[in-house]
Amino acid sequence: MRRAVVMLTAFLASLFIAFGFGATSAWAEGEALQGTLINNGQPVAGVQITVSSQDGAQVGQVQSGPDGKWTVPVPAAGTYRVELDVTTLPEGLTLTNNRPVLTLPVFEGSARTALFPIGSEAGAGAPVDPGPNRLGQILDLVYTGLHLGLMIALAALGLSLIFGTMGLTNFAHGELVTFGALMAFIFNVFVGLPVIVAGVIAVALGAGFGWFQDRFFWGWLRKRRTGLIGMMIISIGLALTMRYISLYWFRGETRQYSDYVAQPGIDIGPIAIAPKNLIMDLIAIVVLVAVSVALVKTRLGKATRAVSTNPALAAASGINVDAIIRLVWTIGGGLAALAGVMLGVFQGINYQMGFQILLLVFAAVTLGGLGTAFGALLGSLVIGLATQLSTLWIPTELKNVGALAVLIIVILVRPQGILGRRERIG
Amino acid sequence: MNWDVIFSVSLESLIGLSTIVYALAAIGLNVHFGYTGLLNFGQSAFLGVAAYGMAITVTTFGQPFWLGILVGLGGVVVLALLLGIPTLRLRADYLAIVTIAAAEIVRLLFRSVTLSEWTGGSDGLQQFSQSFYDMNPYSSPIETTLISFSTRELWVLTVGWVLVAIALLIVWLLMRSPWGRVIKAIREDEDAVRSLGKNVFSYKIQALILGGVLGSLGGFVFALGLAAIQPDTYGTEFTFYMYTIVILGGAARVFGPVVGSMIFWFLLTFINALLPSLISVGAIPSSIMTTNQAGAVGYILVGIGLMLLLIFRPQGIFGDKKEVMLDAR
Repeated sequence: MRRAVVMLTAFLASLFIAFGFGATSAWAEGEALQGTLINNGQPVAGVQITVSSQDGAQVGQVQSGPDGKWTVPVPAAGTYRVELDVTTLPEGLTLTNNRPVLTLPVFEGSARTALFPIGSEAGAGAPVDPGPNRLGQILDLVYTGLHLGLMIALAALGLSLIFGTMGLTNFAHGELVTFGALMAFIFNVFVGLPVIVAGVIAVALGAGFGWFQDRFFWGWLRKRRTGLIGMMIISIGLALTMRYISLYWFRGETRQYSDYVAQPGIDIGPIAIAPKNLIMDLIAIVVLVAVSVALVKTRLGKATRAVSTNPALAAASGINVDAIIRLVWTIGGGLAALAGVMLGVFQGINYQMGFQILLLVFAAVTLGGLGTAFGALLGSLVIGLATQLSTLWIPTELKNVGALAVLIIVILVRPQGILGRRERIG
Repeated sequence: MNWDVIFSVSLESLIGLSTIVYALAAIGLNVHFGYTGLLNFGQSAFLGVAAYGMAITVTTFGQPFWLGILVGLGGVVVLALLLGIPTLRLRADYLAIVTIAAAEIVRLLFRSVTLSEWTGGSDGLQQFSQSFYDMNPYSSPIETTLISFSTRELWVLTVGWVLVAIALLIVWLLMRSPWGRVIKAIREDEDAVRSLGKNVFSYKIQALILGGVLGSLGGFVFALGLAAIQPDTYGTEFTFYMYTIVILGGAARVFGPVVGSMIFWFLLTFINALLPSLISVGAIPSSIMTTNQAGAVGYILVGIGLMLLLIFRPQGIFGDKKEVMLDAR
């Protein structure tokens, strides 16, 4: 069965070549300060940046080029003060972190990148004013929490089913999410299809990719009787490979789909919600309910649950365990791709998006009880809400810390998770 | 094409800073994963806590260097207890998920703007290594045709390899002691050990602390060698590299992590030096790969290497297949 390895290698290699789009790179020689000014994926040109040494002497002044890039060579390693002239920013744009002056060390022989996050004034980065509108703020967070929870749930359901049926803690599941988002990006931006059509294609491709992975890789490993811990570490290797193939092709920046980038919200009670988010919520709920009903009512769903409970007994009673696992991979791949498309519409597409949400998905699955499908759904909503509501007390940048801390606390109190069976897990 | 430079950086990397740091980290991870069978995916957090403990003490609070080392080590022990107490009673995959989550928590806290008054935010901290370099006994650098090291590098390398030797000696002595036999027995069959009246939980905590402290030596060397720390160094890829090194060298072998680290960094440095120069002489057209993209290739190859190792040779170079813990449920 070397064929499977050859197939995988060939597949990865073809990804490599197919995605090897060229681009120019500014490879700085010697010490310099540099950066790229980008607003929503578009370069921002003509912004004045001044670099001065610590004693106040000016070292250089440049304007960002048409590609948004700027570079100021500095005479030697040391600490420099970089100032972006906010008044030269195009109308309506501002620095989202309100830090126009950065003090940065430049190390010997290397160019240091200075980051100036740019966004529209009163954009998503603007803090909601607390106090009088506290209720509105809480409701807003509850809504975004549920929205995030639904996206986590789509990924978590697949992860949980895979764990239940084959026992694999799949660290490469986040990459299925990224895969969906990137495929939708290809069909949306390069091919030019509308996001909705591109999303449908991406979900189909995601399901196909899930099937492909199990048919040619995981299924083959099961036949070789690779241990579960071994497979878990293999999934880490796979995740690393796929994440950096994404970086190779997609680069490090966050980009947006061509439609629905900044949709004005409609007022529902005290909060404003963009219609795109409501529609995505509806799709997610329909899909999740459909999969859940199928799990409970259909013969295949019953077979899936039987394999989860006891694979050997399921096989003895005539269920084709391998076929069930393959089905679960296919569904899991499709659900993860849908989560990726929704996440891409919600917050942009980045090669790390899958890994970033993977930890929240793990938290959700563990919280609900490893291997229980409905526990995963419940856990996802709890994690989504915990992530968003924790920003009432802790800074937004630390919201994932809140969610991960919830995970650790729940494991302390109730290790089997919310819906997990009380079995020996020690 | 400058083959001299490519070979000299590759040769230097055989004994260089990265090799030492990852060898120390992997020696600690080997105690967790190889000997005890603990799936710790948060080893980067141990190194990060050690490095930050030292740097914050010295830079932010202006305390002496040796106190900084003590604070770093103390932080590592506390982290091991915090991670171990909730999870070590549970199944292996719970520890994996919780440790990876904890490592991300630690990294996010280090880089947060809220705490940047103490941690320096995403810029990290500098200027904590002066007293370390003041102890430097070397006065002249080594310059040969193939390799060259400055006096600062020589001092870091000396301290680093001495620490590696001490760590190896500790692991070797402990693993042939009665304590080591209990630890290895826990990896093979926890219930059997429990039925012999051993306190499995306590042994696991001890192993977690020991591996964390050994690994944290790598964190100190890393911070001092670069004379700077940055939070994003301590991401999950750091831990995944360590796993690749442990498995490459052979889990549950004393010298495995060191040999693994040398081979790993020799190959990775070679590739990372070769690709950009192939691009610059035009052997690889820039439509296929640019110098920026060449950096991602290293990671991709590490991922593929990790998969192939586990599929075809899970015991690595030196390991014994019977001693590699790869099945548990």
